[in-house]
Amino acid sequence: MKLSIGPIQYYWPRSKMLEFYDWIVTQPIDIIYLGETVCAKRRELGLDDWLVLAGKLQQAGKEVVLSTMTLLEAGSELGAVKRLCQQQDYCIEANDMAAVALLEGRPFITGPGINIYNDRTLAKLVDCGLKRWVLPVELSRETLADMQAKRPDQVETEVLVYGRLPLAYSARCYTARHYDLPKDACAFRCLDHPDGLLLSTREGQPFLTLNGIQTQSASTCNLLSALTDMRKLGVDIARISPQAAHMATIISTFHDVLQQGLDLAVASERLADVYPVDACDGYWYGGAGMDALSIPRVAL
Amino acid sequence: MELVCPAGNLQSLKAAVDNGANAVYFGLRDDTNARHFAGLNFTAKTAHDGLRYAHDHGVRVFMAINTYPQPSNWSRWQAAVEQAAGLGVDALICADIGVMDFAANQFPELPLHLSVQGSATNDQAIRFYHRHFGIRRVVLPRVLSVRQVEQVVQNSPVAIEVFGFGSLCVMVEGRCLLSSYATGCSPNTYGACSPAKDVVWQDTAEGLETRLNHVLIDRYAEGENTGYPTLCKGRFEVAGKTGYAIEEPVSLNTLGILPQLQSIGVSAIKIEGRQRSPAYVGRVTRVLRAALDACTRDPQHYQPEPDWMAALAAVSEGAQTTLGAYDRPWQ
Repeated sequence: MKLSIGPIQYYWPRSKMLEFYDWIVTQPIDIIYLGETVCAKRRELGLDDWLVLAGKLQQAGKEVVLSTMTLLEAGSELGAVKRLCQQQDYCIEANDMAAVALLEGRPFITGPGINIYNDRTLAKLVDCGLKRWVLPVELSRETLADMQAKRPDQVETEVLVYGRLPLAYSARCYTARHYDLPKDACAFRCLDHPDGLLLSTREGQPFLTLNGIQTQSASTCNLLSALTDMRKLGVDIARISPQAAHMATIISTFHDVLQQGLDLAVASERLADVYPVDACDGYWYGGAGMDALSIPRVAL
Repeated sequence: MELVCPAGNLQSLKAAVDNGANAVYFGLRDDTNARHFAGLNFTAKTAHDGLRYAHDHGVRVFMAINTYPQPSNWSRWQAAVEQAAGLGVDALICADIGVMDFAANQFPELPLHLSVQGSATNDQAIRFYHRHFGIRRVVLPRVLSVRQVEQVVQNSPVAIEVFGFGSLCVMVEGRCLLSSYATGCSPNTYGACSPAKDVVWQDTAEGLETRLNHVLIDRYAEGENTGYPTLCKGRFEVAGKTGYAIEEPVSLNTLGILPQLQSIGVSAIKIEGRQRSPAYVGRVTRVLRAALDACTRDPQHYQPEPDWMAALAAVSEGAQTTLGAYDRPWQ
């Protein structure tokens, strides 16, 4: 199974993003997804910057994929997706059906925001050029197994194995709302929250993460314990979604389990301190997404 | 503009028809539609009776099969499409590509609408569904401004339907997993958000609490208005601030902008609320009918009547209404 790094969901300063990818080159990662997928106002890196970065990473031997925005509202956002889809040097991860429509007829990838919930949908999109799909995050191991059994030849399957779960997208920005700022004058407050803004219940239970117009889980999805099973199911790629810190530990742990058979208990312990809040794996096992069904609770 | 009204059961369907609906939409008693609530929706018999009642009164009937089947339960969605074709409904409202592919192949004469659960917010996405499945209409998610709706209308190859009144989803429909994160059931997979089976109300020393699968969604002080614990409308804490961090309990009301929606070329206005009572459906349909008629007669001088607004406020969440993303006061 290959390891990939998903697009950065948060808004990091330009220097931090460039540093991150300079460092990623040295890591045992096979595939790198680049681009802004959440908010069109996040322009620390523009399309030209992403393309330069893509060139460098490809030169260094990585497979590079360019990811599109997920929610398209303004005509200018659709225009940006069109420009992205016009370039031919890299494969594109479609995160909205607009991109699927634009990419039809050439090989493309769908991200977790494209609803492929059954084999008939998968087959239809394969007819359109789909060469790799990312399992929608709310689907279970059982559904994936059914899908894999009927998967058309030569389609690759990718599963998010580590990272906060993208759960919802809205027109309104909840980070700006928190600061009582209009969306159009948000002062780029997301830059102050490299792992998003934690939303807890009124009794202090961490619940969700506000990340601009995206809402994520508070808990970090961790499917370390399912990797062996995924390999048996023919999953091709395990995706790690970037977070602000501890990336070296996270990547090396997944790599060591996949490539060197690192003991799961040891691996889990290594990850015990890296979550911004906590970990979950409920969706995979068919439960509520926030449940932690196989993750050993390490005493804090 | 066509007025499309919710029918959670036969009584609601009749209330919609009797009060001026141009079309009604309904679903079956299972998870194949996005209002999968206990005691709601139609059996084969009531669907047949409802269809006849509507057609006898010149009202069209749409059937919602707008959730996302998985391989293990696919047969239920297939059966629903077959049932819809057998009934002779005027259109199917679908979200899933596989379902639309099946319907378009098996029943090419059956008109398809793309559900709001299909998350299409732009003309390119619409073009995909039009090209492959010949869809005739799209229901837009409640995230676009009037200007953005206009752009979609101008570039779309098919008719556009928008929400005119009812409970407000602030997240893009079809892409909101908040409910399954907390309960395992989402609109996509189960046909309901914040499902009632996971809701608990509890009186405590700190006030009346509502929980969804044990997660505290809200806590009400004495005398506060209470509401159903829809996840995105709860009160939470973010960096020391407690309040409605996502959305307030509020309903969408577009009476104030009907002439604009009409002039930009919107084809149909949808009322939300299959889960609401026949009395709600009757009242809201009557108000929207009167408003649409007034707007069609004389759009220049159209003004929402105070008693229309009062009637709608009375059935709104938190007794509040908003234009939501259409005018974006928070932009």
